[in-house]
Amino acid sequence: MSKVKLNIARCKGCGYCVDECPKQAISFTGRISEKGYDTIQVDDEKCIACGSCYRVCPDSVFEILV
Amino acid sequence: MKLKAPECVFSSAGFCPGCGHGLASRLVGETAEELNIVEKLVTVVDVACCSFNIDYWNFDTIMAAHGRDIPTAVGVKHVRPGCPVLAYMGDGAAYSIGMAETIHAALRNDPVTVIVINNSVFGMTGGQMAPTTLPGERTATSPKGKDPARYGTLSGVELLKGMDIAYLARAELVGVGGMAKAKRYIKKALEHQLNGDGFSLVELLSPCPTNLNLPPVKAKQFVHEEMTKYFPLGEFIDKGGDK
Ligand code: SF4
Ligand code: SF4
Ligand code: SF4
Repeated sequence: MSKVKLNIARCKGCGYCVDECPKQAISFTGRISEKGYDTIQVDDEKCIACGSCYRVCPDSVFEILV
Repeated sequence: MKLKAPECVFSSAGFCPGCGHGLASRLVGETAEELNIVEKLVTVVDVACCSFNIDYWNFDTIMAAHGRDIPTAVGVKHVRPGCPVLAYMGDGAAYSIGMAETIHAALRNDPVTVIVINNSVFGMTGGQMAPTTLPGERTATSPKGKDPARYGTLSGVELLKGMDIAYLARAELVGVGGMAKAKRYIKKALEHQLNGDGFSLVELLSPCPTNLNLPPVKAKQFVHEEMTKYFPLGEFIDKGGDK
């Protein structure tokens, strides 16, 4: 089961989560969303479910499941 | 640790990418849920960027005339003394057009909670120079940088430090540590109101990437490295608290 659930439609590509993730588990996809932003993806193998991304995301993209 | 965005905050769509308003707005929601005041909380927003919250918060929310959030909140508190009341505004409202209102509500120790989002510019109108603009900072109306010989930089928190109020604090909406402190201060401010202690104000240093003309990650670095030089962080008044 993945540790993080994304509501990616809300992502505005600010990069705060990429910058703050202590495990470098988040990266930009290079795919442009419907709203016109480069959005992110999470590597579940690297993720430790620390919640940093949830805390620094201005657009409530993340839900931490575990 | 399971974490899920508060249900009482259902959008952040209108804020620019990386805007601190989205962060502050969520913290207000998380705090309201933790204090179990979602049903009772009345919020008053200003007309600038913070006004988007009127469509995003599931609280009873009023939009005040520009800079008049605090007296409007005080009025609400007089007729609904049982409701916690929160005035949410930017630094333009709190320390520029509404400075008189801020100071006099503090002077009366009015029992409301105020959140000020300080991003060092007039955000919604296009990033003009504000009293909070740092010396040398480039804005739409100070393209060569703010001239410190001509214009000062105003810290609302320092002005309020000597006043007889319940709670005064400043945090930065930057990083995990900054967010944790910001949340703790918002919660304490509301708790002071619930305890009937009087006026509480929390200023949150906030990135406005659009008007700083910076990518969001650089804008948050500006807040952390430059803004904190002029706007020190911490708790300054905590009546009956541990300080
Ligand atoms: S939960 Fe922590 S480790 Fe996992 S993606 Fe978010 S910030 Fe990275
Ligand atoms: S912090 Fe949120 S909005 Fe910003 S890039 Fe990450 S998921 Fe997207
Ligand atoms: S202009 Fe600045 S304060 Fe207003 S929504 Fe955009 S980033 Fe936020």
